[in-house]
Amino acid sequence: MENTNKIGQTEKKQEGSTHKIGIYLWIWTLLFVLSFFSYMVDWYQFQGMLRWSLILFFMFLKAGLIMAFFMHLFWERYALVNVLLWPMTAIACFIFLMAAEFQYTLFSRLFYFVVGGGA
Amino acid sequence: MSEPKIDGFELKPGFKGMASDTASDQTMFKGVHWGKAMMWIFLLSDTFVFSCFLISYMKGRGSTPVEWPNPSEVFALEAFGVPVPLLLIALMTFVLITSSGTMAIAVKYGYEKNRKMCGWLLLATALGGLTFVGMQAYEWSKLIHEGVRPWENPFGAAQFGSFFFMITGFHGFHVSIGVIFLFIYTYKVFAGHYEKGKKGWFTKLKGDYVEIEILGLYWHFVDLVWVFIFAFFYLW
Repeated sequence: MENTNKIGQTEKKQEGSTHKIGIYLWIWTLLFVLSFFSYMVDWYQFQGMLRWSLILFFMFLKAGLIMAFFMHLFWERYALVNVLLWPMTAIACFIFLMAAEFQYTLFSRLFYFVVGGGA
Repeated sequence: MSEPKIDGFELKPGFKGMASDTASDQTMFKGVHWGKAMMWIFLLSDTFVFSCFLISYMKGRGSTPVEWPNPSEVFALEAFGVPVPLLLIALMTFVLITSSGTMAIAVKYGYEKNRKMCGWLLLATALGGLTFVGMQAYEWSKLIHEGVRPWENPFGAAQFGSFFFMITGFHGFHVSIGVIFLFIYTYKVFAGHYEKGKKGWFTKLKGDYVEIEILGLYWHFVDLVWVFIFAFFYLW
């Protein structure tokens, strides 16, 4: 339900106002299509940077669509959205730290497998 | 979901709104049901749990000099005598996204107080979730028969099994809990608990269709986690 307020803008009425079913069907279809694409990445056996960037691209697109529209974050107020999204930077930091860590672990394993443990 | 309104109080949009909401001498999350805020906080903490699993998987896989099992061969399934890579996983993804879609529409019909449609869609969601758990049980037993254990497997690096069982197991556990609650809420909706004003969960306050949205948040989160598991565990 929409009605016009004093300054002529249309505003949503709270009683019984929901989003049109079309938006859910669109997002649903998009999720199927994106999943199909990410499956195709494996099907055609893309390798290396192309594979990884495509996987990440489709993954973030799907995650974003689910959060924004199925979980309604797109329509929530910024106070909630920001409380939920900023902690993700901590996860990003952790990923960065552990990526550095596994490279060092791999390096030292390979190094001592070749050189030997020493006395 | 719908724009909150408070009499005699102007709610500003955007970052200005965020500053005034946070600083206001009232609730911080304007127009958000307390149950919904609590569910979001729970999901945030759950995000950290799953992130820790996936990050430890990254570290384990990255730091082993032994070759990692090729997921598109390990998870291949015979269809008409031909091995199709990741067939079961693709079907599981399809089933989970389908149930996510029915859930989203169930929430919409719930807010429109369309009891029947909401109930049927919740039932469809529950059955989708059940199918997913069933397929996962099949996947697990297939791999266990092939000799995959948390400490060893015939395909490559020994760490593979422990990460596989831990991550998919924890996700499957979430799906199972979701399925149980979906069945409970299907019953509640069909029985007309929200029309009668029966009390909700963990509260003496009256239940409302907002509970369907809260359940929906949990269910979409399960789907969201699967998106990441699918990308990092099965495709990478």
